[in-house]
Amino acid sequence: MGFVSRGFRGRRRADGPPGRVPPGQYVVTDFPVLSAGPTPDVPLDEWRFTIAGEVDDPVSWSWDEFRALPSERVTKDIHCVTKWSKLDTDWEGVSLDVLLDGVDTAAEYALARSYGGYTTNLPLEDLLDGKAWVAYAFGGAPLEPEHGGPARLLVPHLYFWKSAKWVTGIDLLAADRPGFWENYGYHNYGDPWLEQRYAGD
Amino acid sequence: MRSLVLDCPGWPGHLPGQHVDVRLTAEDGYQAQRSYSIATPADGTRLTLTIERIADGEVSPYLADELRPGDGLELRGPIGGWFVWEPALGGPLQLVGGGSGVVPLMAMLRARAAAGADIPARLLLSARSWDEVIYRDELERLGAGGGLEVRFALTRAQPPGWTGYARRIDHDMLGEVAWSPEEMPRSFVCGPTGLVEAATRALVELGHDPATVKAERFGPTGGPG
Repeated sequence: MGFVSRGFRGRRRADGPPGRVPPGQYVVTDFPVLSAGPTPDVPLDEWRFTIAGEVDDPVSWSWDEFRALPSERVTKDIHCVTKWSKLDTDWEGVSLDVLLDGVDTAAEYALARSYGGYTTNLPLEDLLDGKAWVAYAFGGAPLEPEHGGPARLLVPHLYFWKSAKWVTGIDLLAADRPGFWENYGYHNYGDPWLEQRYAGD
Repeated sequence: MRSLVLDCPGWPGHLPGQHVDVRLTAEDGYQAQRSYSIATPADGTRLTLTIERIADGEVSPYLADELRPGDGLELRGPIGGWFVWEPALGGPLQLVGGGSGVVPLMAMLRARAAAGADIPARLLLSARSWDEVIYRDELERLGAGGGLEVRFALTRAQPPGWTGYARRIDHDMLGEVAWSPEEMPRSFVCGPTGLVEAATRALVELGHDPATVKAERFGPTGGPG
C-alpha cells in the first residue's frame, strides 16, 4: 500500500452495476457541459458533413440528405476525462459504418473536424464496426447546441472529448495527427478502461 | 471556501489558468480524484488551490474540512494548455467569472500584478451575494491599483446602497463593461454552464471573434468532455 490520505474514507457511492464504471470515474445523473469556447450557431440549412482526406472523391451530405440515411437508436455509457460517467445514455444517429460505406481509402487514422474549429483524432478502426455514430438526438429530442447539436460524434468506448461536438466532417489520414486536446497534453487515444487521461498514461 | 497552500517538491511550474488533479486514497485503497484550478501563478514549488466545498461532494469536503497543515496530498499536473494567460501574451485582458470560476482568473490577475504589468484588464464577476465573492478584498485592492477594472454582478442579494449589477451576466451587461472587439481583447470565461453559455454567446454577438473567447466550466468538472 502506498500513499494514504489521512482521514479520508470516501463516500463509496453506489456506482451502478459492476464492470460499468472505469477506474477513477464517478457516476452522474445530470449531463455536464464542457467545451473550450463559445457554442457555435449552426443553421440546419448550412450544415454539412464531409468525409475528405485520403479518398479519391470526398463525400458530403446536407442535413436533409444526412437525415435520410438509415439511423439507429443506441444506449451507451459515456465517460468524461474530468471523472464523470453517465450510464445508459440514449442517442439516435447514423453509424459511421453507413457514412464510410463505399469510401475507398488506405488511411488508418481519422481527424474529426467541428464547427468552431475543434478537432480530435482517433484510429479509423475505432470508427468502424458499430463503435461510432454521428448523433443528432439525445433522449428522443434534437441534440441541444450546448451538447453538440445539430450533430456530434459519438464514440462511447473512448473518453468523451473524442466524441466531437458540432462535428462537420472527418478527414481520413495516412499519418496520425493530434487534435485539439491531444495537442494540450491529453492522451492520444483515451481508453477510459486503461485510464489514458493524459500523455504518458 | 478554503485556500490550500501546497509545497510540491519537484513542481515543474505552470501557467495561470492551468489545473491539477487531486487524488485521495483511503486506508483500504479506495480512491477518488477531481480537478482543481490553481489560484496562483508559478512560484517555485508553492501553489495554491482554492476549494469550493460541494455539499454532496466527495473530495471537496475532505479538502475543505479535514485536511490539516502537514498532511500529504497526491496531485498531478499542471494540466491544460488552452485556458491560460501570462503577461507575455499581452492584452487587453477580459475576464468573466461566476462563483468559484474566478479561481483560474485570479491566477491570471495575480500573475499580471506580480509582473508589474500595466496590461489593461477588466474583470466582470458574478456571485450570489457580496459575502460569497471569493478574493473580495484582494480584488478590491488589485482594482484600486490602476489598469484593472473590477465589476460585480450580485444575483441574489445586494448590500444596502449597492451600485453594481444586481442580475445575472447578460448581453447588455457585457455590452457595457466588455472591451470592444476593436481592442482585440483576450477573453476568458469561467463559471457554471449557464453563465459560460450566456457570456460566450453575448461576446460573439457583440462582435468578438469566437477564436479569442476561451471558456472553462468549473464545478465538479473542468477541461475537456
